[in-house]
Order: sequence, then C-alpha cells, then structure tokens
Amino acid sequence: MAETHSLQDMRQQAAVAAKVFIQRDYTNGTVCQFQTKFPSELETRIDKQQFEETVRTLNNLYAEAEKLGSQSYIEGCLACLTAYTIFLCMETHYEKVLKKIAKYIQEQNDKIYAPRGLLLTDPIERGLRVIEIAIFEDRSLTR
Amino acid sequence: MHLGVSESMRECEYSQISTRSSTPMETPYKKRTPKKKKWESFPGRNKFYCDGRIMMAKQTGVFYLTLVLILVTCGLFFTFDCPYLALQLTPAIPVIGGALFLFVLGTLLRTSFSDPGVLPRATPDEAADLERQIDVANGSTGYRPPPRTKEVVINGQTVKLKYCFTCKIFRPPRASHCSLCDNCVERFDHHCPWVGNCVGRRNYRFFYMFILSLSFLTIFIFAFVITHIILRSHQSGFLSALKGSPASVLEVVVCFFSVWSIVGLSGFHTYLISSNQTTNEDIKGSWSSKRGKDNYNPYSYGNIFTNCFAALCGPLPPSLIDRRGFIQSDTPQLAPSTNGITMYGATQSQQSHMCDQDQCIQSTKFVLQAATTPLLQQQSSEPIILTASSENGSSLPGRTALTLGGPCTSLTLGQPTPPTSTPSLSCHEPTDMLPIHGLSHTHNHSHPIQEPVAHHHFLTPEEVPSPPGMLPCGSPMGHSHTMQAGFYNPASQDSLHEDSVRGLVKLSSV
Repeated sequence: MAETHSLQDMRQQAAVAAKVFIQRDYTNGTVCQFQTKFPSELETRIDKQQFEETVRTLNNLYAEAEKLGSQSYIEGCLACLTAYTIFLCMETHYEKVLKKIAKYIQEQNDKIYAPRGLLLTDPIERGLRVIEIAIFEDRSLTR
Repeated sequence: MHLGVSESMRECEYSQISTRSSTPMETPYKKRTPKKKKWESFPGRNKFYCDGRIMMAKQTGVFYLTLVLILVTCGLFFTFDCPYLALQLTPAIPVIGGALFLFVLGTLLRTSFSDPGVLPRATPDEAADLERQIDVANGSTGYRPPPRTKEVVINGQTVKLKYCFTCKIFRPPRASHCSLCDNCVERFDHHCPWVGNCVGRRNYRFFYMFILSLSFLTIFIFAFVITHIILRSHQSGFLSALKGSPASVLEVVVCFFSVWSIVGLSGFHTYLISSNQTTNEDIKGSWSSKRGKDNYNPYSYGNIFTNCFAALCGPLPPSLIDRRGFIQSDTPQLAPSTNGITMYGATQSQQSHMCDQDQCIQSTKFVLQAATTPLLQQQSSEPIILTASSENGSSLPGRTALTLGGPCTSLTLGQPTPPTSTPSLSCHEPTDMLPIHGLSHTHNHSHPIQEPVAHHHFLTPEEVPSPPGMLPCGSPMGHSHTMQAGFYNPASQDSLHEDSVRGLVKLSSV
C-alpha cells in the first residue's frame, strides 16, 4: 500500500518527460503479443534484458489467456449449454489471466520501473493496443 | 490583450504534458459535477442502456421487427397449434418448442446487447506518437497524408494493416471500421441490422447460435403446423381445417420464406466458421485462390474441427471499452460531436481546451476537413481511394447471394467481380445495381412478413446510401459487410455538413 502511494506521489509531483509506446506484434496472427524491440528512449534508464524479460512474460501471459486448450473448450461448451448464463456467476478464464497480468505489472512497476523513473500502464487500459511507458523527468529521482 | 491570449495558450501547452492535465479553469468545474461513466462520452455512434450494460447500434428499428416476428410467430404457434398437437401427438412438442424459443431469444439478445469487440480510440499521446513515427519515416511535414498501410507477415502471408483515420490507429488484422457504428471492431464480420449491432469477435458465436437455433425453430414450427393442418383435415376436411385454425396459415407463410433464407444463412456461416473466415474476407475474396496460387488463409488452423471449436468454444475476450468505468478527471476525453471529423491534426486535447486561438485553428480545420470529407469518409474505412487497391473488393456480393436461396437468387451476380476494378468502373456499378435492387425490393414487399433473412440483401430504401462515385459495394448488397468500402450513411453525411457549417460560424465569430 505504501508503495503504491509513493507511485501516485511520483505521478503527481513529477512531470512526464516522454511516453514510449510498445506496439503490437502481429506476426503470429491476431493473438495479443507485443514487440520486444527495445526502444531507444529507454536506453539510459533501464537494462535491455530487464525490459525484454518483462515484455516476454507479458506475451506469455496473454498467450495463456487466449490459449485454445481443453479448459477453454470445457468452459465454452458449458457456457453454451447453460445459454451463457454461467458467466453471471463465474469469471472467464481470460478475465482471470487479465487479473494476473495486472498484478504482474503492478509488481514490476514497484520493483523495477518506478525506481528508475518509469511507469508501465496496463495494456488493457489502452484497449490492448500498446504498452505505454511513461518516462518521468530526472529531477524527481534526485529528491 | 494579445499577450493574455498567448499566455493562456502557453498554459494549455503545459497542461498537455503533465499527467494532471486539467487547466485551472476546468478543475473547479469538474469537482462540482458528479463523475460521469465512460459510456456517456463514448465517441462511437452507439446507444447504451441500463447504465452502460447494454450496447447497441444507432438504428434499432429492424431489431424490433425481428423480435416482433419471432414473438408473434411463436406466440401463435403455442396458442393455436400446441394444444391440439399436445393432445393428439405428444406434450413433448410444446416443451421442445419452448426450449428452442428460449434459446433463440437468449442468443438474439446476447448478440444484440453485447459489445462486438469495439477497439477504443487512440489516446492523444498514442496518436501523436504514431504520427511522429510516420513523419520520421516519410520525412514530411504539413498536410501530406500519412501512409495508410503497414505490412506484416502472418504465417507466411503478407497482410496489409490499414490506418484508421477516425480511431487513429493501425487496425489489427481482421479488424474493420464499421461506418454505421463509427467504431473499429475486432474480427469484423458484418453489421447486421436485423440484430441491431455489429457482429465481431465477441458476439460472433452468439450470432451463429442464434441463426442456427432459429433455423431449427423455423423448421420445427413449419413441420408441426403442417402436421396440425393435415391431422385436422383428416378429421374435418382441408378447408374447414384452415378455417378452424387461421393462425396456422400465417405461420406457414412466415416459416416457409424464413426457412430458405435462415437455413441458407446458417449454411453460409457454417462454411465461414469451418474455414475461419469472416463475411468481410469472404466477400472480398481475401484468401481466395483466385487471387494467386500462394494465397491462403493464414488464420485457419488447417482442420475444420479446430476452426469450429476455436470460433465457438474458444476463450471469450472481455470488452476493451470499459463502458461502466468512471471517467478519470485527468484524462481528456474526446467530445462525441467530433465523430469522424477528427482527422488531420485535430487532437483530443485541442478539443477539450477552450483557448480561443485553438478554436480558431479548430474551425479552420473543420472547414477544410468537411470540404474534403467525401473523399476522407471512405478513408476512414477503406483508406485507398486513389490507388485501386486489390482489397477494395468492389461489389463482391455475389458469393453471399449464391448461398441464400429463394428470393435472393435473382440478385446473384455470379462470380465476384475481379478485385482489380478501377475507381471509374466502380462508379458505374451502383447504377447498374439499382435496377436489380428495385427487383429485390419488389421481392421484399411481396413477402412482407419476412423473417430475419438476407442480412446482406433487403435494404429498406432509407438504408440505401447515395453512392458517392467511389462506393463499389453496391447499395443493395454488401452494404454492411463491405464496410471496408465505406457504406455512406446519409445521416452521417448530414452531420458532417452540419459540422462544417458550425465550423464556418465559429470562424466568422472569431
């Protein structure tokens, strides 16, 4: 709780110098994947390996959400049989994974990105189009 | 005075950069008003009900017609035919009929009320970033339009991603912009007026279940009403049987014509599902082998069963537009009135700020945009005007016509027209189609009680767009599927003209 508070403080006090957008990677079709190419604006702020690790984990999580496995089939068939009323009480597999992703991003922000003056925005807030990384001005870190 | 204006401009500039981007003018105002939900300022042309839980297209008249047809026919069946049949044959008949009816209604409502997979529009920062990237690639400034396509290789096939001028994004593959709803929709199939909504990634399975169960229901009612009449005529003669149960005649008529169309449509969509194509792609012949030897569908799983399972039982993605969330006071929202006009340069932040100079620039842009919108409106859906792109799919309704039987056969145009038609050719096509369209209308009127049929065909006269020369895809036919070619809604044309007038007024007032 205290950590998120400091994140919010940072947002309020610091000005955003720039925003970097990691676009979607469509080479595997319409599955939600993001490009792992390291943007040049982040070169001075964060390690390339670290960044790629984050994006790769996110990609894996999204792949898990959209996976056509036996679990999703069972869920789909059950839903069809109950005329889709089952979703009134149950959460879909996709939504469960999205919650996992939100937690992962929060954790990454707290541990890795916030100390470096960066902030990841959950792609779901941008319609799964981009991963928005806000770069904060350096003066906030010198406090 | 002049200094004061430029100072306020600078203030606006600063507030654009900071995360707390509310100007001193706006914050006290915002604090006083209650928090609005996002659906209330949704930029698309949708209607929301039940506090954002229900989402439909703007024109819902035909949906109510569908509902009435289904309810009336089933109501008559249960009231007049079922008692007799339950006694004479088996009480299972009304039970099965009832179950089918409930399933049909459930899937219809689910299709109509859910978000088809609308892609939210780009935030101003994203749009600016994209434009910057494009400018860097182009090396251009000023009013030269940004490149409209980006190529991507998916499973060995080159796919062009088009830039949507309305939503300010490069559309993901298989997404398309619906000009009726003014939204980009993921895995866009078609806009169905009978269902009153677009059919896209999130509601395609409900749509398919709806037409499938409706086929069964129609056949069921048809069969048992005929059985009822036959049994009665054994007892008391044919004419007195008809007189004794006049509702049955009505039901037979409705069901007879529905069966052809609905069953045909179900068959068509079964084919689409098994080959993992959308109606849009099929009409344009995107993955047809006629385009080239190496042309294949990169999205297909190769196996009919896997394709079916993926479409019907795959994971259901959640809605991306978060209708019921509250608007954050620090994120500027796009004013809904500027639908489809915000193309060159007019960003969200410019609209939310009330700086006079901004308004002047805005108005000039409005006028310029409105003047060029007849061309640009197509761009928002199909950005290729000057180049006769092969994806333009000029009037390829033939395929859909073929699959619908009965009254639709007269509209069959045989082979889909080759994709390389030039704009000049396509100018003629709408006029060629008009006589056929007239014919389709007579068909439509002669069978007034047509069940939800020809999603692709029977347009009411109001829905027929005035083909602005470029529009290939035929007024009568793929009006809704070929959203790519820009279905020109007369209503949107009016709003554009209205906006240009507004722009002129603003200009004169400054």
